[in-house]
Amino acid sequence: MEAILEHLFTGILTSLEPLNLAMLILGCTVGLFVGALPGLGSINGVAILLPVTFLVPPTTAIIFLAAIYYGAMYGGAVSSITLGIPGASTAVATVFDGRPMAQNGQADFALVTAAVASFIGGTISVVLFTLFAPPLAAFALKFGPQEEFTLMVLAFATFIGLSGDDIPKTVFSILIGLVLATVGLDVVSGKPRLIFFDIDGFFHGINFLVLAIGIYGIGEMLWTLETTKGDVQAHAVKATLRSILRSMSKVRSYFGTTVLGSLIGYFVGILPAAGATPGSLMAYGLAKTFSSDPNSFGKGNPKGVAAPESANNAASTGSMLPMLTLGIPGSPTTAILLGGMIIWGLRPGPLLFVEHEEFVWGLIGSLYIANFFTLIINLAFIPIFVRVLSLKFTILAPMIFILCVVGGFAPTQTMHDVWLMLLFGVAGYLLRKLNYPVAPMVLAIVLGPLAEQSLRQSLLGSRGDMTIFLQRPLSGLFLGMAVLLALYPLLIRMRERLRERER
Amino acid sequence: MTVRTAELLVAVLLAILSIGIMFKSTDGLTIGWVPDAGPGSGAWPFWLSAGMLASCLVTLARWFLRQTPESRSEEPFMTAETVQIVGITIAALFLLLLGTHFIGIYFSIALFLIFYLRFLGGHSWILTLFLALAAPIGLFFFFEGALIIPLPKAYSEPLFYPLYDLIY
Repeated sequence: MEAILEHLFTGILTSLEPLNLAMLILGCTVGLFVGALPGLGSINGVAILLPVTFLVPPTTAIIFLAAIYYGAMYGGAVSSITLGIPGASTAVATVFDGRPMAQNGQADFALVTAAVASFIGGTISVVLFTLFAPPLAAFALKFGPQEEFTLMVLAFATFIGLSGDDIPKTVFSILIGLVLATVGLDVVSGKPRLIFFDIDGFFHGINFLVLAIGIYGIGEMLWTLETTKGDVQAHAVKATLRSILRSMSKVRSYFGTTVLGSLIGYFVGILPAAGATPGSLMAYGLAKTFSSDPNSFGKGNPKGVAAPESANNAASTGSMLPMLTLGIPGSPTTAILLGGMIIWGLRPGPLLFVEHEEFVWGLIGSLYIANFFTLIINLAFIPIFVRVLSLKFTILAPMIFILCVVGGFAPTQTMHDVWLMLLFGVAGYLLRKLNYPVAPMVLAIVLGPLAEQSLRQSLLGSRGDMTIFLQRPLSGLFLGMAVLLALYPLLIRMRERLRERER
Repeated sequence: MTVRTAELLVAVLLAILSIGIMFKSTDGLTIGWVPDAGPGSGAWPFWLSAGMLASCLVTLARWFLRQTPESRSEEPFMTAETVQIVGITIAALFLLLLGTHFIGIYFSIALFLIFYLRFLGGHSWILTLFLALAAPIGLFFFFEGALIIPLPKAYSEPLFYPLYDLIY
């Protein structure tokens, strides 16, 4: 415990260094806007801005990106409340009560509630994170390639079992992500693989950022252009210092709901397929169930804003836990962070806590600081947000497209990758229209090389004996859990059919 | 084209893609076991793309049985309005990228912004020209100056010589 506090203290000091602090505040601010703008969420912001961080050292870079992640969770509420459309999918549940509150002229109260609930959610989850991460990492140090591989299988199985998307389409998305990761030179044999049409550009492989920016930058913008037709309408907000302070004093009325939401969000956030969106929906549902007055939900109950907002912030912290300790991202955004860490030469996983202590604790410390600054910036900027949100989408969209193009060029510096990015963007948009989930694809392209490596190592060790994964207790357990998860939707369906027959 | 037709078309195309990748995985690579070296380098992509093919076949079967919501939908896959705004955007992005090979990324971006802001968005000339100038200039100093990542300039390269003196 003492060791943890000592590390934490050093970490907080690291994040308070001038450069780190400046980037942290910048990240929080950018994140707030990214989250608030419809069509942009934490994933898009982190993917598009990752190449920009090549300028600063890795610790500063991850602090910046984590701050964006954090800020976006706060910001999502702003457009849910003022526009009535979620600024990011993670803030869908905030619309249910946030919009009615704005219509009743309580937009400022709703915005402050969202900010305070986010702060409480963030704080609870960061404390939980600090307590859970070191023991989990120490435990994971015992993992061999067998456990690593089966853990990744388990991560993918959560998408099949829990995401609720069409199962064959989810499987396709996972597999194509893994296949795209194999393009280029094979590290084991040195042979070129999948050089399509003998185009030289494929020799250096497909950078995960090319896919991530393509899908979440270009594809998402096309999607938003389609849904908004380039026009959105903002709701008027009158926020003064006095009304903000008065709203803050009402925190006691929804404190319990917020704590509940934070805990749900945190634990749901740890699961790769679940994350902030289902976490916040669950928190909303439970807050309504446990409420003494469930009928007031959906009509402007501040608890209906507090529950999902605390949950989505807690989930964003929760999703970093498996990413840092096990090397398995808990959300698409952390998948991109993980890819970034690999670019910086840091392999996420248990060894990170041993070899790059400063980096890990700098990040954890920064979460505490970021949480605090985001609250302040959020409250101070409420009037500015409302003005920015009334910007026409036809101004925002071309600027984001340009950031995507230069962001896609920067990591490898070839136009080949930028063309590929456009292709992925258009393909991702079309696939999404047909209900193919795209998040597993991004997770898969990041985990692909690690999965293949651990599979080959395991099989080489066992001389091709596939049962090696069952012989070791932990990997057997992971595999068993993965099979159960993958079969879970089938079991549910069978039960439903049985019930229908009984009737 | 209805959503139903689109789902069939895409599933067939993805199945063909999967078969293509399966073939490509055997191209000069082993998909079986290599003695003392473990699985051949083609094995992993081969079996993954076999799985892709299988999942496409399941989607196709579900399409025939009308089990997915998309396979029951007779609504148009894209409305005329969507085709217009998305189609124009994709075409503009295509020309933006094509332009980088000739007039370089900076001039390409300026033209893209002028088109998008003025002609698609209907914004004022003042705003359009301000952004069309500010964006490339800002990008130049950030990427070339701060990050030292030269962006493609193609035939417009000589125009940048005086600017290089300024930042290097």
